[in-house]
Amino acid sequence: MQKLTISGFGGQGVLSLGKFISYSAIEQNLNTSWLPSYGPEMRGGTANCSVIYSAEEIAAPVIDKADILIAFNEPSLDKFENTVREGGIIIVNSDIVKKETTRKDVKFYQIPVDTLASAINKRGANVYTLGLLLPIFGDISEEAAIHAVEHVFESKPKVIPSNIECLKAGIAYMKDLLK
Amino acid sequence: MKKLWKGNEAIAEAAVAAGCRYFFGYPITPQNEIPEYLSWRLPEVGGAFIQAESEVSAINMVYGAAGAGARCMTSSSSPGISLKQEGISYIAGAELPCVIVNIMRSGPGLGGIQPAQGDYFQATKGGGHGDYHPIVYAPCSIQEFVDITYSAFDIADKYRTPVMIIGDGMLGQMMEPAEIPPMRDLSTLPDKNDWAACGHSDGIPRIINSLRIEADENEEFNLRLFEKYAVIAQNETKHEYYEIDDAEIVFVAYGSVARICKAAVVELRANGIKAGLIRPITLYPYPTDAVAEVAKKDCVKKFITVEMSMGQMVEDVRLAVNGLKPVEFYGRCGGNVMMPADLVKYVKEGK
Repeated sequence: MQKLTISGFGGQGVLSLGKFISYSAIEQNLNTSWLPSYGPEMRGGTANCSVIYSAEEIAAPVIDKADILIAFNEPSLDKFENTVREGGIIIVNSDIVKKETTRKDVKFYQIPVDTLASAINKRGANVYTLGLLLPIFGDISEEAAIHAVEHVFESKPKVIPSNIECLKAGIAYMKDLLK
Repeated sequence: MKKLWKGNEAIAEAAVAAGCRYFFGYPITPQNEIPEYLSWRLPEVGGAFIQAESEVSAINMVYGAAGAGARCMTSSSSPGISLKQEGISYIAGAELPCVIVNIMRSGPGLGGIQPAQGDYFQATKGGGHGDYHPIVYAPCSIQEFVDITYSAFDIADKYRTPVMIIGDGMLGQMMEPAEIPPMRDLSTLPDKNDWAACGHSDGIPRIINSLRIEADENEEFNLRLFEKYAVIAQNETKHEYYEIDDAEIVFVAYGSVARICKAAVVELRANGIKAGLIRPITLYPYPTDAVAEVAKKDCVKKFITVEMSMGQMVEDVRLAVNGLKPVEFYGRCGGNVMMPADLVKYVKEGK
């Protein structure tokens, strides 16, 4: 089971990264919930979503202590870093987030997701990030994630190969970091 | 195969699958995905979608379509549902079947667009004038949204009554895997030829009306309506018990809040506190007996009603518990959502 908070500017693919995770969980025969922010907190530019997946029934779709925070901008890090559980993980897109977390009790990854992904696909940052997450999750297979990518891009088959490449590159990058 | 569905869109597709072919509505957040989806989906299946000029107009179109025997619905969110109340009262007064969805936001007034449960009184006690109640369902997951929407039209037809499904902005906006039942064969829908104003009644005039100007006639109608409500209470009342067998602390909550309570029950039990949950699935008829049975149990120390309001359903819980055990209330409002940890803290520290 993982509880993720994903947050960033509108347009950075925050909500769609959450959907990729949920679709991957479904492909892995897990339960999942995806809860977007909507309304006033989205004005001024930040969007966020809460994603949970689990082998068990998911009770509350809201998250009070996240296992993983993915922050695509600095306001998101400020807003959510204290909602990560002790021993949890914070991943920031270091192309945009230049500062460190104030938390000492979490694992902190600064990854230039935009730079790394755009070498393959300019719009591939969210699928690249999905790739980064898979080695951390451990219980969602690469195959399930590929199926999720194929499913989401069903109507745009041309972009599937480069997105799968992004996914694989993300997986490889995180595997390296975890070595 | 289960697909990831957004709550609002799942309701819309489940309605289509149930054979609903006519939708009348007016936009309002956080339910806009229902009309948006049906605006392209209904024409695909030979139905009609109308964006009316107002909520008042939309509910009266439902009145007309239902009177003509069509399987029809409308949806809105709190302030829009307030506007529909006159029409809902007329529909109840004319004994017409229809489905009304309320994806609640915070009030009063225009309030805010975040999730809330402040329309419990309005939904269950008859939000319009006169003595009537719609059947009110409160699903707590996207799959339950689907299942209840799918059966709601049959229930409405069976009792010739408006059925209301209430959710909140959280359930409307969130996505979960769900499976939509097979498309209903329209030839299997109930025959309404014996009462509907459908234009082919062999020259026998049909009158769909809620005006009964004679006191005796109208009293007789009201009595008959309430005999029907008694049958509905007998047949359709639904609830879910969760970890109730040895529970000492019993939450009562519906919709999305019930799921937050479930998470709190799990955490409290991990801390050695025997908590449980009663989740009403129908809010009218209210599962009074299900609550009363639990109140009689020796192990139960108290009830805590949890709502995203200042306390509305808590009144029905108190009526059901009838003084046997203390009934406390925990609420958030204005569009704020309580966390499971808030409930754990409340149980442990009393605040």
